Amino acid sequence: MNDLTRPLPQTDEYDTESFWSATTEKALRYQQCANCHTIVFYPRRHCTGCTDGDLEWRSATGRGRIYTYSIVRQSYHPFFRNQVPYVVAWIELDEGPRLISNVIGVKDPGTQVHIDQRVQLVWEEHPTVNIPLFRLADDHAQ
Amino acid sequence: MSKERDAAIVGIYEYPLRSVDGEVSALQIKAECAARALEDAGLTWQDVDGIYDAGDGGGMAGLNISEYLGIHPTVIDTTGVGGSSYEFHAAHARRDIAAGKTRVALLTYGSTAHSSARAIGVGGRPGGGMHPADNMDGFAGMTLISNYAMVAHRHMYQFGTTSEQLAEIPVATRLHAMRNPEAVAAMEDLEFLDIRETTISDVVNSRMIADPLHLLECCMISDGGGAVVIASPEVVRDCRKPPVWIIGTGEATQYPQIGGDITVSAGAQSAPIAFGEAGVSASEMDIAMIYDSFSITVLTLLEDLGFCAKGEGGAWVEGGRLRFDRPADGPALNTDGGGLSSNHPGMRGIFLLIEAARQLRGESCSQVTDARLAVAHGNGGMLGSRHTGGTIIMARD
Ligand SMILES: [Zn+2]
Repeated sequence: MNDLTRPLPQTDEYDTESFWSATTEKALRYQQCANCHTIVFYPRRHCTGCTDGDLEWRSATGRGRIYTYSIVRQSYHPFFRNQVPYVVAWIELDEGPRLISNVIGVKDPGTQVHIDQRVQLVWEEHPTVNIPLFRLADDHAQ
Repeated sequence: MSKERDAAIVGIYEYPLRSVDGEVSALQIKAECAARALEDAGLTWQDVDGIYDAGDGGGMAGLNISEYLGIHPTVIDTTGVGGSSYEFHAAHARRDIAAGKTRVALLTYGSTAHSSARAIGVGGRPGGGMHPADNMDGFAGMTLISNYAMVAHRHMYQFGTTSEQLAEIPVATRLHAMRNPEAVAAMEDLEFLDIRETTISDVVNSRMIADPLHLLECCMISDGGGAVVIASPEVVRDCRKPPVWIIGTGEATQYPQIGGDITVSAGAQSAPIAFGEAGVSASEMDIAMIYDSFSITVLTLLEDLGFCAKGEGGAWVEGGRLRFDRPADGPALNTDGGGLSSNHPGMRGIFLLIEAARQLRGESCSQVTDARLAVAHGNGGMLGSRHTGGTIIMARD
């Protein structure tokens, strides 16, 4: 891993490879069962709601809110130690799934970032995948 | 009071050093602790017929430790669920003893995390691996502490919990650590800067590591290990020390779910099972040995164990009520000094059992007068995402 870039996901992991390959088209996908309507995230091959599930891919709008977050001020990771302070957050997409990501583009995370703030997906481009990051939404209304 | 007296802790040992400077291996620590714990019980290698191992001694857990110790157990349990593994092992040992499959169960732990400079407390990201969940969040630079910090932030947001309230936890455990010579030596060996009792103000003014958690809310990274011997009632009669009966056990998992509440841990599932089985309630506990990886871990678990309602933990811990010398206010917390100030080599769960047993024997450095009932709750994995909870209720005769 190049120390100057963030760690990137494995693109050949069985359950998540379709999720990551869709990011090359800037699609943020999750699964929903056509049989029982359970939303499945992180991606899997089987439905967690029923044993004869039929999972279909859906695309999220990329809008959501900060469920919770932390501001990392100390890291030993060769890439992230140069990024501090940065915001790690559980983002709750409007469609329901929650994912760990970063809230970027804030000058002073200590005062500008809050739980329940609206956020908007932004893609960080890489050669083999794109990484879903989030910025504060223009409309901060809840 | 509980009906069944199926199995009791009869032997304990905590490795005294927290920094071994590469002089001994994890496997050697496990074996030495096992020998001392058996000696404590008045038993020998030949008595052991059940081995419980979390894989900390290397691959082929269960086999490698049996050969290394030179025993031929008839029960081999290799449950490995992180720091709570030893609460799971204690639960399984009691079950296996009650079923007549084993009479003397041996739990061992050894780690050279400090010497190996593994970043457990304040940095780093836990090992990668190819579990699909790991492949979803590795890009974001979530450190271990920021994972827990996200629980703290949400707890503050939902319930108005403050940093000052969270600070009650490390302040209480440091008080207990200062009374424990091995904990003081640990802090010296690990080069803590200021080894003394702390105040709320010390904690909230210590360096922020990952908002809202400060340095003094984070566990140490030590070497160490320990062993516990659990035996059947007929073996108990011949043991050297008074038995510490395991009267209730509970196990659970927790992981992110749509619409889930990150402030509720696996303990909310495991604790009612354990207390129900024991026939006692949290309010009767004299001792609470609760996995203190970080301040928020304890606050969340106090609520989930039923000491107070969800969200009320902040107000509940105020005023120093967790100290060992305030028995009228509820249980004493982590009277050995905890992972925050005495011993955290990565999987602290075994020390929860050891110190609870010391208290119920009357052997603690911060002894609670006439302690009769104790709860140990281990949290393994990461509180803010996926983790396990193991609850053990213990009683003396
Ligand atoms: Zn389904």
